[in-house]
Amino acid sequence: MSYLGNIATGFKTTWKGMMLSIKYFFQARFARKKEWVAEDNYFEKANGTFTVQYPHEEIPIPDHGRYQLHNEIDDCIVCDKCAKICPVDCIDIEPVRSPEVFGQTSDGTPLRIHAAKFDIDMAKCCFCGLCTVVCPTECLTMTKEFDFSTTDILDHNFSFSKMTDQEIAEKKKEFEDYQAQKTKAKPELPTQNKEADVMKKPTSKPVFKPRIPKKK
Amino acid sequence: MPLGVNSSVISFAIYLGFLLIFVVFAVYAERKTAAFIQNRLGPMEVGPKGILQTIADLLKMLQKEDIRANAIDIIPFLFAPFIVFAAVFTGYSVLPLNSAITGSDISSGVFFLLAIVSLDVLGILMAGWASNNKYSLYGAMRSVAQIVSYEVPLGLSVLCVIILTGTLNLQTMSFLQEGGLTGWNIVQHPILIIPFIIFFIAGLAESNRTPFDLPESESELIGGYHTEYSGFRWGIFMLSEYGMMLLLSILGTILFFGGWNSPFANILNGPIWGTFWLLFKALLLIFVQMWVRWTLPRLRVDQLMSLSWKYLTPLAILMLFVCALWKIWVIG
Repeated sequence: MSYLGNIATGFKTTWKGMMLSIKYFFQARFARKKEWVAEDNYFEKANGTFTVQYPHEEIPIPDHGRYQLHNEIDDCIVCDKCAKICPVDCIDIEPVRSPEVFGQTSDGTPLRIHAAKFDIDMAKCCFCGLCTVVCPTECLTMTKEFDFSTTDILDHNFSFSKMTDQEIAEKKKEFEDYQAQKTKAKPELPTQNKEADVMKKPTSKPVFKPRIPKKK
Repeated sequence: MPLGVNSSVISFAIYLGFLLIFVVFAVYAERKTAAFIQNRLGPMEVGPKGILQTIADLLKMLQKEDIRANAIDIIPFLFAPFIVFAAVFTGYSVLPLNSAITGSDISSGVFFLLAIVSLDVLGILMAGWASNNKYSLYGAMRSVAQIVSYEVPLGLSVLCVIILTGTLNLQTMSFLQEGGLTGWNIVQHPILIIPFIIFFIAGLAESNRTPFDLPESESELIGGYHTEYSGFRWGIFMLSEYGMMLLLSILGTILFFGGWNSPFANILNGPIWGTFWLLFKALLLIFVQMWVRWTLPRLRVDQLMSLSWKYLTPLAILMLFVCALWKIWVIG
């Protein structure tokens, strides 16, 4: 490049850059709209300041965003499916069976098991949402609550059971008494090794023989 | 002068007070300008719109320990920040504040200013050397090389104005530019636009501002010559940097934009309005400096030198020649 060409390029590029930045400077009197991801112009926010001053304002999020878990314990039938499917084992359930149906969930499913303990450790949770998918009564949901940071990690363990220690002991005793009564009421059955029957191998196995096509 | 000796005292007090307040708000303005250019909001928490952020930072800075590493050369280390600040602030002594307050009325004003301000390179070199740290020394060396190089185009562009006005005294120069917008040097002699651009670029380099902030280069030299400083002494360095910005902006205003003269001839023209106009124009130039800072990236060392010696200096010499011809043929 020639000497004068250098000067011209220098001026041109500096001017262009300066005009670009001053455009942004004056644009800063506008701010981005606090709208959520489903809006049409969600990705056209370069015009104006982009900052969201979080604790003072926030972008709207859907009601069922995949954040903190919530269990509506009155609707929970303590089926343990959520605890079983959880890939990180963050749900800890202690069931206490009841001798009879003691209530109904809001969708009409009979309640047979008391939840002595229903703990979800959000510190372990990986927010996959599988537990909410398997929940038969849809009592376990993910909420839009995402700011639940604490200074003690143990505070991340959310307990949903409403039962007191006394109630738990009472219900346990109730069921034990019921079991004891049932065994007493039943006559002694002749010894029959049911388990062995189930475990016994079938006498004959179907034999599968692949037929080999003959060569021509 | 109507106020005689007192005039310089008043000028000293006003400039010192204004400089201290200016630094607090200039840091805030700098951060806000940066934020707006980058689609951010900048400081927002301390005070309404974050206006007190710098004051909070200042209080934090003053409480910090004055750390002195073991291997430093203690005497230059302790004195360097004050030499830098003294050199910069002495420059203010010859700046007229308005038609009544001249400051120090010496006939070789601009010459004195340029001479005394270039002493700050001594303080920077002392700081870099005394820190006994390779980054600091790199920063100091770069600063010396840069300031020595850019003094040349700066001086030459100032000389263009001196040729046209025929005086070194900044107050006389301000009186020569009376009569509103058309009286200003840059309007009276449009040829001065190019010297002004040279002056502005060289001024940026003199005050170690981006894109010429190689002596500090936070990203590579971790602060350059003031890496080892903390607390109040570091604050003095920052104060000097902003002081240098303001000094060169005021000087630029006096040389090219009519100094304390109102743009509307005799309307809004008086000692107090004069002070307002001088500082207002200077602050506009400071805004341009900030705008440049957040637009242009830092130059490489060789680019810095080639800009000064291959482009600005020859152009300034050419402009000196053109201004001399202008003086002979146009002004007569």
